Amino acid sequence: MTLQVRQLHAAYGAMKVLHGIDLEISEGEIVALLGSNGAGKSTLNNNISGIYTPKSGDIIFDGQSITGLPSEKVVELGIIQVPEGRRVFPNMSVLENLHLGGYRRGRNRRDQNLERIVSVFPRLSERFNQLAGTLSGGEQQMLAIGRGLMAEPKLLILDEPSLGLSPLLVEEMFELIAELNKQGLSIFLVEQNVMQSLEIADRAYVIENGTVALSGSADELIDDPELRKTYLGL
Amino acid sequence: MDFFDFNLPSYGWSTVLGSAISGVFLGSIYALVALGLTLIYGVLHIINFAHGALLMLAMYAVYFLWQAFGIDPYLAMLIVVPGGFVFGYLLQRGVIGKASHGRDEIILLVTLGISIIIENAALFFFSATERSVRVPYDLDGFDLGVTFVVYPELAALGGSLLITFLLWLFMIKTDTGKAIRAVAKERQGARLVGINVDHIFAVCFGIGVACVAAAASLLVPTYAVHPQIGYLFVLIAFTVVVLGGMGSFVGALVGGFLIGIFEQLGRLYLGESLGVITISFIFILVLLFRPSGLFGKPAG
Repeated sequence: MTLQVRQLHAAYGAMKVLHGIDLEISEGEIVALLGSNGAGKSTLNNNISGIYTPKSGDIIFDGQSITGLPSEKVVELGIIQVPEGRRVFPNMSVLENLHLGGYRRGRNRRDQNLERIVSVFPRLSERFNQLAGTLSGGEQQMLAIGRGLMAEPKLLILDEPSLGLSPLLVEEMFELIAELNKQGLSIFLVEQNVMQSLEIADRAYVIENGTVALSGSADELIDDPELRKTYLGL
Repeated sequence: MDFFDFNLPSYGWSTVLGSAISGVFLGSIYALVALGLTLIYGVLHIINFAHGALLMLAMYAVYFLWQAFGIDPYLAMLIVVPGGFVFGYLLQRGVIGKASHGRDEIILLVTLGISIIIENAALFFFSATERSVRVPYDLDGFDLGVTFVVYPELAALGGSLLITFLLWLFMIKTDTGKAIRAVAKERQGARLVGINVDHIFAVCFGIGVACVAAAASLLVPTYAVHPQIGYLFVLIAFTVVVLGGMGSFVGALVGGFLIGIFEQLGRLYLGESLGVITISFIFILVLLFRPSGLFGKPAG
């Protein structure tokens, strides 16, 4: 699995948001995408996932251009996004949400995948018949990730998984992401939570105003004086 | 009871009960027409102004199948229901979806435009003449004691209940049904699990038209077909949808029965023409006390 983004220009409506992004994710990595609100992180995700169509540039997955493919094709290829705000189906039960995770991909192995996900998130199985809209924020995040895993992702994009969670749950969420990666899953982690993301990531990109401002290994970036000043106020 | 110098007639309970029973039969058709409307509203978040025109078109299809090939109107369901689905699917995918560019207010106008085209085409090709199907059994039936039930009424009730049940089962049990429910509440989330939202929109529109096609088959044995017939049912179906709660299946069913019963009681007590005001009366009452409808969820 490799994902390459080359000179990606993209807009959100009439507003140009991304001005030539280059990045790469390789098999087995956790790559973090850091940046403040409005830097263009979600726009980048949604261009990769086929929700929006880029203005120009190329997105290449396993050697094949996926630029401008519709979202269902991108899912079929194995790029699964767990979106910001979870976007679970609030009117449906937890079990139905998980089932729909395997709507396009992993359809024939739904039962095995469900079993595996329940072993990762035992809490979800206690709430199988509860409507997703009535879950707490942390549970909804677990459900959203579980729904993503049902599609047997080759690359899992996590958009702000720690948003709105209590500090204790944030800690738990990052541990879980590291654990999923240890089991072999490639992860693109989009976060505002700079320190905790860098702790589990292999590499990171920092975007500002729609361009890559900094990039490198997580160990280097964690000591970068500019990054510490901008994002941690140190 | 004095009411503007207007005396309400008084009837025995058997007359009232008989009237209410015929209201149930009428209401079941309203429910079926409303079912398609409420499904399209619940998922696409648009009001399909072409619903009445499509009902009329389906009634003509049933009529001509009978006239040209002698196909029984009920048997015609096997043709017009799948045909209605395909027609609705293509209409949404090829015309409404493409013309609207995802903007709800444009979709509204596009469906209004389609209804005008269909109605005028019907006037042009079929003329304004009323056409009726004669089936050998249209006046057969049995005596309930309080009222005489004809078989077409019974078929309408049974057909509507069966179709509502099947549709409910489809929504609960199948992947496509689940995808429809997912798209109804969370389009972005649906796209991200790989649901093709445009396809689901078209499937919903197709099911909506299939429902009016089924209603057409059930109506043709008792109602004459003419280019304006759609209005008669769809204006009431709109009322049923709002009354029952926008997007609610149960609401469409219960709302249909309620409106049917009150309409027939209104006709009994107030006469054929004035009686219809009971529909508006019930409608306003429900909106006053339950603005989101009987089975609707409050907005927000």
